[in-house]
Amino acid sequence: MIVMKDVYKTYPNGVTAINGISVNIDQGEFVYIVGPSGAGKSTFIKLMYREEKPTKGTIIVNNKNLSELKEKEIPYLRRDIGVVFQDFKLLPKLTVYENVAFALEVIEEPPRNIRKRVMEVLDIVGLKNKARSAPSELSGGEQQRAAIARAIVNRPKILIADEPTGNLDPETSMVIMDTLETINSSGTTILMATHSKSIVNAMKKRVIAIENGIIARDEQRGEYGYEV
Amino acid sequence: MKFNTLLRHLRAGFRNIIRNGWMTVASIGAVTTTLILVAAFLALMLNLNEMAKNIEDDVQINTLIELTATDEDVKTLGDEINAIDGIEKVTFSSKDDELKKLIDSMGDEGEAWQLMEQDNPLNHVFIVEAENPQDTEQIAKQIETLNHVEKVVYGQGVIDQLFKFNNYARVIGLILIFALVFTAIFLISNTIKITIIARSEEIGIMKLVGATNWFIRWPFLIEGLLLGVFGSILPVAVILAGYNYLESSIMNSISFSFVEILPFHPFAWQLSALVLSIGALIGVWGSVMSIRKFLKV
Repeated sequence: MIVMKDVYKTYPNGVTAINGISVNIDQGEFVYIVGPSGAGKSTFIKLMYREEKPTKGTIIVNNKNLSELKEKEIPYLRRDIGVVFQDFKLLPKLTVYENVAFALEVIEEPPRNIRKRVMEVLDIVGLKNKARSAPSELSGGEQQRAAIARAIVNRPKILIADEPTGNLDPETSMVIMDTLETINSSGTTILMATHSKSIVNAMKKRVIAIENGIIARDEQRGEYGYEV
Repeated sequence: MKFNTLLRHLRAGFRNIIRNGWMTVASIGAVTTTLILVAAFLALMLNLNEMAKNIEDDVQINTLIELTATDEDVKTLGDEINAIDGIEKVTFSSKDDELKKLIDSMGDEGEAWQLMEQDNPLNHVFIVEAENPQDTEQIAKQIETLNHVEKVVYGQGVIDQLFKFNNYARVIGLILIFALVFTAIFLISNTIKITIIARSEEIGIMKLVGATNWFIRWPFLIEGLLLGVFGSILPVAVILAGYNYLESSIMNSISFSFVEILPFHPFAWQLSALVLSIGALIGVWGSVMSIRKFLKV
């Protein structure tokens, strides 16, 4: 599913964010990426959906070799990867329904399929009754669930979440985690970068700890392992 | 491209145009001003060219032969003229032919001249046509030096002046047009830049969920195209109305044979189509410049 082999990433300003990482992630896994700020978590994630290009090494995602991927093939890679951010990134002028439908419209899905599929995913994240609301009328947790709905509406094989609970209180965070668990149980691979010790320790999933651009730990059923 | 997608891009393009308000007005205004001037210069230059060509076609060198020349002299002179480089045709016209032409050209009044038939005062003439009308003057000067030539008559100076004027008009026109086209492109690319910046969040999400680069670019291309096309509406109206007026007023007031402007059909239509295409091209070009610079897709 995801294979990284001897991956290095040095930014043009000379900062080395990833300093030799090799890792295998199988289809259907739920993986936490943990580590101190500035350790390279975000870069690690950005390499997966080809937001950044590795300086050296091989990355294979969904059988696509990202180093050999042409610019115009990137959109098709991203259709297999859903991405969720700490700050939701919803379009404020659109309703929840329109925000989710937007993701299907821009990949030219036939309109007759869009309505059915959008209502389906809004049901999965529990926002069916908020379809006509503007993002500003939702709570933080609801906004994040709308963003998750948008990320999975296209049935991606991989869902990447970069600190999805970073702006949310512990209770709301648990609702988000339930939603992600549900999505994972349907076979979607989930990669989640987080600083939340309680979530990682509660879920007992695979934990990859990144420090100084290398993998410091990689444990099945791992723990957060840092003092908060 | 699917029909639904096309509709979506068109909607997005129109929406951008409306949202950009005054920048849109400025861009369209720049295109309009540019195209009106382009149209005026093109109409002027193409018509001057046409007139020059008409005059050129009429230009002949009339070589008047001395009255004292014998038939033998005339024949020698004909051979000598034929030997000059760059001559297309030499026709001999006897003094009787010349008188007949004169009488014909006078119409009714010409009848009085028929009295001359008994004692024709005119010369025999060689009518010489140059291969290249611009060589007319130089050929005429060579003929002047030959024996038994009394006088050489041709459109001295007129053609030269017309060519010179036409060249000046062309250079000035082109410089002005280029400057204006550049300004219009610059304004359009700025307008599109504003759209791109205003929609950067939306563009970021489109990229994230896997929209193709062309899907992202199209609305901006359409916005540019629309700015160009809207900018050509007034110029096209000015061409059609103005040229119609010009044609009818020139036909009524000036009767020189060479002042004959190109006919409204099809010239005004062709010019309109050309102006519209230039407008569209300016719009798309401005948009492409902005897309390249500001849209990192």
